[in-house]
Amino acid sequence: MKTFKIGGVHPSENKFSAGAPVRRAGLPKQAVFSLYQHIGAPAKPVVAKGDVVKVGTMLAEADGFVSVPVHSSVSGKVSKIDAIVDASGYRRPAIFVDVEGDEWEESIDRTPDLVTLDRHPELTAEEIVSRIKAAGIVGMGGATFPCHVKLTPPKGTKAECVIINAVECEPYLTADHRLMLEKPDEILVGVSLIMKAVGVNKGYIGIENNKPDAIALLTEKAKAYPGIEVVPLRVKYPQGGEKQLIAAVTGREVPAPPALPIHVGAVVQNVGTTFAIYEAVMKNKPLFERVITVTGKDVKNPSNLLARIGTPMAQLVEECGGMPEDTGKVIGGGPMMGKALMNLEVPVCKGSSGLLLLSEKEARRMEPQPCIRCAKCVDACPMGLEPYLLATASALRNWELAEENHITSCIECGSCQYTCPSMRPILDNVRMGKTTVMALIRARNAK
Amino acid sequence: MNVILIAVIILGVVGLVSAVMLYAASKKFAVVEDERIGKVAEVLPQANCGGCGYPGCSGFAAACVKAADGGSLEGKLCPVGGQAVMEKVAGILGMAVEKAVPKVAVVRCNGTCANRPRVVEFDGVRSCRVQLLSGTGETACAFGCLGGGDCVSVCQFGAISINPETGIAEVDEKRCTACGACVKACPRKVIELRPKGPMSHRMVVLCVNRDKGAVANKVCKASCIGCGKCVKTCQFEAITLNNNLAYIDPAKCKLCRKCEEACPKGAIHAINFPPRKPKAEKPAVAAAPAQKAAPAVAEEKKEA
Repeated sequence: MKTFKIGGVHPSENKFSAGAPVRRAGLPKQAVFSLYQHIGAPAKPVVAKGDVVKVGTMLAEADGFVSVPVHSSVSGKVSKIDAIVDASGYRRPAIFVDVEGDEWEESIDRTPDLVTLDRHPELTAEEIVSRIKAAGIVGMGGATFPCHVKLTPPKGTKAECVIINAVECEPYLTADHRLMLEKPDEILVGVSLIMKAVGVNKGYIGIENNKPDAIALLTEKAKAYPGIEVVPLRVKYPQGGEKQLIAAVTGREVPAPPALPIHVGAVVQNVGTTFAIYEAVMKNKPLFERVITVTGKDVKNPSNLLARIGTPMAQLVEECGGMPEDTGKVIGGGPMMGKALMNLEVPVCKGSSGLLLLSEKEARRMEPQPCIRCAKCVDACPMGLEPYLLATASALRNWELAEENHITSCIECGSCQYTCPSMRPILDNVRMGKTTVMALIRARNAK
Repeated sequence: MNVILIAVIILGVVGLVSAVMLYAASKKFAVVEDERIGKVAEVLPQANCGGCGYPGCSGFAAACVKAADGGSLEGKLCPVGGQAVMEKVAGILGMAVEKAVPKVAVVRCNGTCANRPRVVEFDGVRSCRVQLLSGTGETACAFGCLGGGDCVSVCQFGAISINPETGIAEVDEKRCTACGACVKACPRKVIELRPKGPMSHRMVVLCVNRDKGAVANKVCKASCIGCGKCVKTCQFEAITLNNNLAYIDPAKCKLCRKCEEACPKGAIHAINFPPRKPKAEKPAVAAAPAQKAAPAVAEEKKEA
């Protein structure tokens, strides 16, 4: 079975919510839409206080090419445009909407029927990309990079294949898994849309072997879609990393930055994004809801919720049986790459793939011990770096040494810190060094 | 015998040729170094801290010599050695030195554990830069001291430390040489080099929170809320208000301490002033002259 060659770890999977069908989360009383839900320039508000909006109304427009619009997920009245404290504690501009009823824009096709590409042969590649852009779609695996930018290959590069990231290698998370089981046809149509948009006739769907039901279902259904192939992959973290997935599926290595996946001819999209693309292009539905996994060892009812964007996280926790008593940490995303939330009033964003509640004991880090030079971190690093060296160089503020050893290639997957028997905070230091070195490089290039 | 003789002759000839070549080379490629640079470097403290803005003490010495040739030592200051060393340097170079204003690092944050409640716990590496990667740190304040000690680790003089009780950085004024390493290291730009002031007396706004008043007020008891009362109170136009934050210009401040009283949040601090005489609730006759005497003393000190 295929997998990537260098490094990788296998944390315990803990996919408690794998058997829980996706259910709708309730509407919030007030929805909050951050203007910073994507990488790139923040969106620019186009509504004012007191405006009446429907589900799907555009609230803020894209400000530049690397930017996407934000749409309302609820109907009601814009109560204010103010700042919210986001997951990291900083204040960010956001649009607040008081919810009244649930009235959708008429342009959205709410019927459940499948619309295949054969029914719309007139759709051109440009048309597909522009619809994706108008729907405000971003990479929904967590990176939140605007989707239309990825589907517009830079000059001098040519896409050869589309790879769908259905790996979901983060422990605990099951949102993508459930989506594949419940919307296989929609996803496959989405894949053919992406293939048409970038002009290729080969599409792979990479799924890890711990989801045999999804592999079987999609392989069966894919027979009806020419050019789409399901690739089962051996379970290994971080297979969901873009570069690792390309290496696993095609055997090609993406060179060090600034090279992009497109330089080896690959366009990678997350499976959740693929479903959103289907809905945007075929159903005219902007991105305003997504599946999010709410889970944890002590959560009463670990679930996959279809939540409207802008719903406060606290409400999702309530819907899954409330906050367990000894919760020590709440993580947005998975346990490996997710970020601890500063407060629970943070709204669901386009990139929120999971909400993980850890107990006090699980959350607590162990006391770091001296490095014993076992080189486990070197073996685990999927980018072939030397994490112990990068961590030490960063801690000693030796930025030249860190840069020479390719700290900017680090994908911050955390395999090094996970595998360290001395519980050393390797990634903390490497991440700090990486941001510093990147800032130094930017300053140098700006001169 | 013959063998020894041959060896001696060969070695002798090789030695002679080498000596001639070395002599020629030393004349041809001689580097004329200004001997003043070495002399100046000798009187410098050799801390190599870079506080002067040059790479180490020898770099600073070379820069001083160059500046002296240009006619003035203006702007050259060894922050570690201060006035005394600069006078020696000026003596060697035959120049006059301007009186430099001695400076000190000031941590502009009073967000102690009591003033600024900790809302979350940070469990990772104790470093400000690492803390900043995951958010605003342990408090809700997005501007103040993180207490991670990045400044402590770069200070070569042991002049800055994190007070375990307050959780914020503290400067030991006796040791601080104002080299500026901590200013560069602080990712939140909390530390500022300010003139020490007469008798080390100075007025400082101990806050860098640029949020609007309501927000700043919520996250910290000792924050500047940008109300502008100090600006109105100041008779010397020494205080400016930018981005909801007051700043006292040390060059204009006359140390009258009126802003300290005016600040509703206690964000303005009078540092190193003798403690004020507690105001008697019923002013006794004997207390009145003493109260009048105090400002007079302060004014004398100011002029000194």
